[in-house]
Amino acid sequence: MRAYFSLLRIRFINGLQYRAAALAGISTQFAWGFMEILAFSAFYRANPDAFPMEFSQLVQYIWLQQAFLGVIVPWSWGGNITETIVNGNIAYELVRPMNLYNRWYFESLANRLANAAMRCLPILAVAFLLPAPFRMNLPANLGGLGLFAVSLTLTVLVVSAYVILDYISVFYTMSRYNAIFSVAADFLAGGYIPLSFFPATLRRILELSPFGAMQNLPLRIFNGEIAGSDAMWGIALQVFWLIVMVLLGKLLMKHSLKRVVAQGG
Amino acid sequence: MITLSGINKTFRVTKRQAGFAHAVKALFSREYEVIKALSDVNFTVGDGEMVGYIGPNGAGKSTTIKIMCGILTPDSGVCDINGRTPWRDRVAHVAQIGVVFGQRSQLWWDVPVVDSLELIRDIYKTDEATYRRNLDELTQLLDLGEILKTPARSLSLGQRMRCEIAASLIHSPRILFLDEPTIGLDAVSKIAVRQFIKRLNAQHGTTVILTTHDMQDIEALTQRILLIGKGRILLDGSLEELKKRSSERKTLVVKYSGSPPPLVTGMAISGEKDGRLVLELDPAIVRVNEGIAHLAAHCELQDVSVSDITAEEMVAALYKEYQI
Repeated sequence: MRAYFSLLRIRFINGLQYRAAALAGISTQFAWGFMEILAFSAFYRANPDAFPMEFSQLVQYIWLQQAFLGVIVPWSWGGNITETIVNGNIAYELVRPMNLYNRWYFESLANRLANAAMRCLPILAVAFLLPAPFRMNLPANLGGLGLFAVSLTLTVLVVSAYVILDYISVFYTMSRYNAIFSVAADFLAGGYIPLSFFPATLRRILELSPFGAMQNLPLRIFNGEIAGSDAMWGIALQVFWLIVMVLLGKLLMKHSLKRVVAQGG
Repeated sequence: MITLSGINKTFRVTKRQAGFAHAVKALFSREYEVIKALSDVNFTVGDGEMVGYIGPNGAGKSTTIKIMCGILTPDSGVCDINGRTPWRDRVAHVAQIGVVFGQRSQLWWDVPVVDSLELIRDIYKTDEATYRRNLDELTQLLDLGEILKTPARSLSLGQRMRCEIAASLIHSPRILFLDEPTIGLDAVSKIAVRQFIKRLNAQHGTTVILTTHDMQDIEALTQRILLIGKGRILLDGSLEELKKRSSERKTLVVKYSGSPPPLVTGMAISGEKDGRLVLELDPAIVRVNEGIAHLAAHCELQDVSVSDITAEEMVAALYKEYQI
């Protein structure tokens, strides 16, 4: 366990070094959040009844998403894990007395935490101070906060497991830019538009899929769209997908390590 | 104790001709070439031995090392290292070995070296006392001192390589694999690294297997040589034995003015370098002093130097002999 904790620590230290990148990231996320909110507000002004959620709920969704972007996105920060497969440095990871899946999982998790640690608070602070229609508010029902915390934690675990499947695919494709995996997942998990805005049938399918078990759930619990037993059901689904994806990842990892070729000399 | 017997390994490599048309064609049907990286490799290395593993590029050196490290699974054959099969028992096996891949880095690029070392300590579950002791010893012998606090990205190649070696020894491995540990180093760093490896082997009885293209490494470090070519072990013997085997020929470099001298039997021209004549002399036929006397009598000698065959030439001769 000490080894994993130590990995977490060094990844964290490593991540904290990129202050300029964090600053740039924060401003990008502000700009992105504003643009999204402004675009939606134009639609809302045209016809406020045509939308599945209140404007204030949407504002909560977007700011929360931007604040926790570091931990919830279904892609990885710092691509050097996939790079080790492509350039052959994986040789060094394989001579360590560690399970490679667990190692990657923890590294991926640590990257996320380091990233979010630097970006989360400034974004939340400003979002809470903005003028009225754009201001972020706490949920009306504070009991939802606990469920939100549980669901957010599970989201982080689920996306980390998902990203490892992406890493493992690199063993087969030998390309570190498997963008389709992350872009598709981001869209299907409600990264661009909340799932509530999707056509009903598609929405229901997605809510049951692994993508619905990502950012979709905690963000919609926070803004009050999903509550009570629906939230509990969603959390159970998250646990289910987490187990499935970890087991699948471990299985695939075993298979791919048998055919691993350390590239380049 | 390391035993390899009947190890075979093939790789499948995609091939295509240059050009757009072939690239498009390759989208639909790929041509593969099967490369036999290792065929029927057998050898045994005892505890505390230091072995030089040599061969030209692409001979299979790194592949063998990777199999012994548990990274690659061979197609067939048996490999037993201290009672374990590396690729089956990877985690337990690698806890006992240290590896330096000269062309790669195990240090975290952006953090001070000591942070990387602490991570490695935790990965190997090395206790604090052993870690301290090893680190102190390594710091002293490899002259690490201040550079431990520097991020790996700011180190020179020589400094980094010393740190890489330290990183591979933090957990007191019983076997150390060095895959081209002196690649790209300057003369001073090479000597420092060699001295260190020698000492490690003598004091701790660490088994060392070393691949290199630098024959001085071999001369300085190893008594035993394994020569591999085209995936086969061609020779297994001591450096002295091999030197003897590859004749006692001397090389004469002669500088003269006027017309070139006539030669006697036992001498042959092997080339010319900067206006100097390079001659091969076989002492079994003509003695060195006689040869020089003959040259001096027949031309105006300005300079002459005599040298033994070097390990490098010996290996070149071996490569030639085995056509690898």
